[in-house]
Amino acid sequence: MARHWRAGAAGLAVLGLTLTACGGAKVGDTSSGSGGGSGSSGKCGTFNLAVNPWVGYEADAAVVAYVAQHNLGCTVDKKNLKEQIAWQGFGTGEVDAVLENWGHADLVKKYIDQQKTAVDAGQTGNKGIIGWYVPPWLAKAHPDILDWKNLNKYAAKFKTSESGGKGQLLDGDPSYVTNDAALVKNLKLDFKVVYAGSETALIQAFRTAEKNKQWVIGYFYEPQWFLSEVPLKKVTLPAYKTGCDADAAKVACDYPVYNLNKIVSAKFAKSGSPAYNLVKNFNWTNDDQNEVAKYIAQDKLSDDAAAKKWVDANKDKVDAWLK
Amino acid sequence: MTVVIEKPEQPERTEAVEPVAAAGRVRKVGRPAVVGAIIVVWLVLFALLRGRQTLSLAVADLTDLHRWINDLDDSIGANRNSNPVFLYFFNEIRLVIDNLVTFVQHLISQPSGARPVPEIGWLGVVGLAGYVSWAVGNWKVALLTAAGFTFFGLQGLWQQSMDTLALILCAVFVALLFAIPLGVWAGLSDRFNRIMTPFLDFMQTMPTFVYLAPLTLFFLIGGASGTIATVIYAAPPTIRITAHAIRNVSRTTVEAADSLGATSRQSLLKVLLPMSKRTVVMGVNQTIMAALAMVTIAALINAPGLGPVVLQALQSLDVGTAFNAGLAIVVMAIVLDRVTTAASVREEHARNARDRFAKWRRPLLGAGAVVALVLVYLSHTYVWAADFPGDGTVGTHIASAADSVTNWAQDSLSGVTNAFRDAITNGLLNPFQTLLTDSPWWVVGAVLVALAVVLGGWRSGVTTAVCVGLLVGTGVWSDAMTTLASTIVATVLVMVLGIVFGVWMGRSVMADRMIRPTLDAAQVMPPFVYLVPFLALFGATRFTAIVAAIVYGAPVAMKIIADGIRAVPETTVEAATSAGCNTWQIITKVQLPMSRSALTLATNQGLIYVLSMVVVGGLVGAGALGYDVVAGFSQSELYGKGLAAGLAIVLLGVMFDRITQAAARRASA
Repeated sequence: MARHWRAGAAGLAVLGLTLTACGGAKVGDTSSGSGGGSGSSGKCGTFNLAVNPWVGYEADAAVVAYVAQHNLGCTVDKKNLKEQIAWQGFGTGEVDAVLENWGHADLVKKYIDQQKTAVDAGQTGNKGIIGWYVPPWLAKAHPDILDWKNLNKYAAKFKTSESGGKGQLLDGDPSYVTNDAALVKNLKLDFKVVYAGSETALIQAFRTAEKNKQWVIGYFYEPQWFLSEVPLKKVTLPAYKTGCDADAAKVACDYPVYNLNKIVSAKFAKSGSPAYNLVKNFNWTNDDQNEVAKYIAQDKLSDDAAAKKWVDANKDKVDAWLK
Repeated sequence: MTVVIEKPEQPERTEAVEPVAAAGRVRKVGRPAVVGAIIVVWLVLFALLRGRQTLSLAVADLTDLHRWINDLDDSIGANRNSNPVFLYFFNEIRLVIDNLVTFVQHLISQPSGARPVPEIGWLGVVGLAGYVSWAVGNWKVALLTAAGFTFFGLQGLWQQSMDTLALILCAVFVALLFAIPLGVWAGLSDRFNRIMTPFLDFMQTMPTFVYLAPLTLFFLIGGASGTIATVIYAAPPTIRITAHAIRNVSRTTVEAADSLGATSRQSLLKVLLPMSKRTVVMGVNQTIMAALAMVTIAALINAPGLGPVVLQALQSLDVGTAFNAGLAIVVMAIVLDRVTTAASVREEHARNARDRFAKWRRPLLGAGAVVALVLVYLSHTYVWAADFPGDGTVGTHIASAADSVTNWAQDSLSGVTNAFRDAITNGLLNPFQTLLTDSPWWVVGAVLVALAVVLGGWRSGVTTAVCVGLLVGTGVWSDAMTTLASTIVATVLVMVLGIVFGVWMGRSVMADRMIRPTLDAAQVMPPFVYLVPFLALFGATRFTAIVAAIVYGAPVAMKIIADGIRAVPETTVEAATSAGCNTWQIITKVQLPMSRSALTLATNQGLIYVLSMVVVGGLVGAGALGYDVVAGFSQSELYGKGLAAGLAIVLLGVMFDRITQAAARRASA
């Protein structure tokens, strides 16, 4: 019996060896095309780019990584991280750049002012708008809802199982800046802030609300890919004036417009890497970002394909970043 | 995400120790009445003292403890690069683990050196995995393994799957390196076991979100942190089960070895370890499953693999793509589970009977090894065997099918689901939550202690009192009570489902076979994949969080109850049948009462599993402790509060674990 199997094994081995003899392309034969690009490869080295978890950021990162790779010959190491951990990475040398920062006064204080491991690298050109939004059907059916003064009139309509008899104001991911609880209190609104806990939950709530004509009001922001699927309408709050949000407990005004900026590690800023220049010069509009975000989120292109599509169509902008 | 706090067999072990049998009988008559009385007193006090001393804390508010933790975290971060502990201790650990991970990645998943592909391509991995499965298990699981691994390629997720596999292999390897010796020690020494248990509870119930950020501070971003996070969560089952296995080796066997003059070293190596091998392999199985549960969480600190695919797809609510990647995780879990189970069965067989098969096993293994090596060589050398051919069209089909199923469910079910949600929320959850959060804290604390004493005895009463005290200390008492309300409602629903399906599965082998794979899938599918459709159906509410907890917790309860029902002696059931009982009577009068200890154990495990979903619940509208933990992970100012909320979850877990275990011990006594 045993001999039988040994013979079988030998047969298989022979079969295997013959297969290898007529195998086809060998690994390493055709790999000359990798890397590539016109730039001076080697000089750039590895570029550690943090990717914070939202699609707009993913769009920024896709384009910057694409350009760094193809025009500068960098090896881009994208790292999927939340903001807090990404900033922490500046000090440990694990992260070179964050491309879209929304304020984050606490992190600025800790890492730029105190630990001095990070520096501001200028604005991205994107304007971050935060506020309260309603689904378009609601804005159409009750246009006066877009003024905060009328919100109490409709409070009962926004009641849910979570809001304890008041109207529900839905908040999302806790990473984002929010004064909503203070706003509700100081504007004397008959609402309760309910914490959905994630962007996914928030988007799904608005999507369902638009489809089933439900009453939902919640915290949202632009630029955001979802707005090209469901164009939410912003409710006007008392206008923002400089300093009106100085005391977090007494805020009674709208959110400021955030000029989104880029943060890089202090080490990276001094390194002379061409990738640093790219990050510093990187600048585009909300429409640009929305376009790439749409490629990723709705057309389901890969990051690289989406970036390529935009870069090919916007040569002039890219060239300006590379100067 | 918690796997097994205590092994199912646990309760029987201690039944002789508990001296309450006599006292218990006296008390048993009155126990429901006493519980009733406690609740009535509670309701009266609630009516009188409502809204006083509730210790509530607003979402953005902090206590001194929380601020102190923040400062500690800051100072560690600021001194990282100058502190010798970091330079010579953590950095060294990181280096070793990082090298291990990179090595395995170069082997199977990432381009290695100048090669554009890993050292071993898909054909080699499939061959090698199949061969190993066959060598440690049997040919059936070998086929399953080969098919499962090929499926990853067809899904278009070969590289991601291999990255995940690499990380799992490293994490399990490191975990076992520590866990088996620790488990043996805990098995031999009662004192060490007692010291170890709270640590293990802590490792299993502390939400990972709480220690992810500090981990990246200690071990930097990358493979090492991901592996260590996984190890922390995945090692405890092996430690517990190994200890349990060592303890369960029959005393007479050990004594026989002793009387033959074996040294303690000999009796460990020649008697204890070989005899507990089978159970230890089951521990390894649980460790692997726990490691797989961490795949998406480790992705939050940039661990490569299937996790990032799931997370990224969900940023654009792309359920199909997320499901496809989730399915790969499920397939990997099922393959690894079946292989390790087969391996433990083989241990048993190999020990019991050296059959004729053993004679030609050796040459067969040799032949298999040759084939596997040839495949590895091919995949190292040739492009067709290195890169998985095709472009993953199967994956695209799976994704679009999942999309259409979700869309259908969202469109056609939402009316029904809203009514159901409102009924449960208004009828059960809201009143109960009000009772817990609006009573003064000392009333709720006293009620919990009293219930623990009545149900579990004095000792669990003391544990509960300590836990209540510490809960107050965390500063998130009110949030803890909100979470507690949802947890208990979820556990009740888990038990209802558990009993219905458990009885069905226990009575019908057919039903068991059909349902079990679904249960396995529900336990390892990353929650967010099915949460998006749930969010569409139920909105961002506490109820959605409860449903998520049920999906994760009910399978365990069902499995345990099914085993319990099946363990009821056939003869008893036959006797009842011949006495003229109908099916309903057999179930309610014979099978359920006789599997009482399984029911209590199912409650214990159900509760622990539900608690481990608290953080996930925080992501879909549950608020309270889950939200606190998530917020702590996202905002550095709230870090301390998040940590305190994590501690509160651990305390709730320990409290209920001790109460239900003590109750289970009584039930089986």
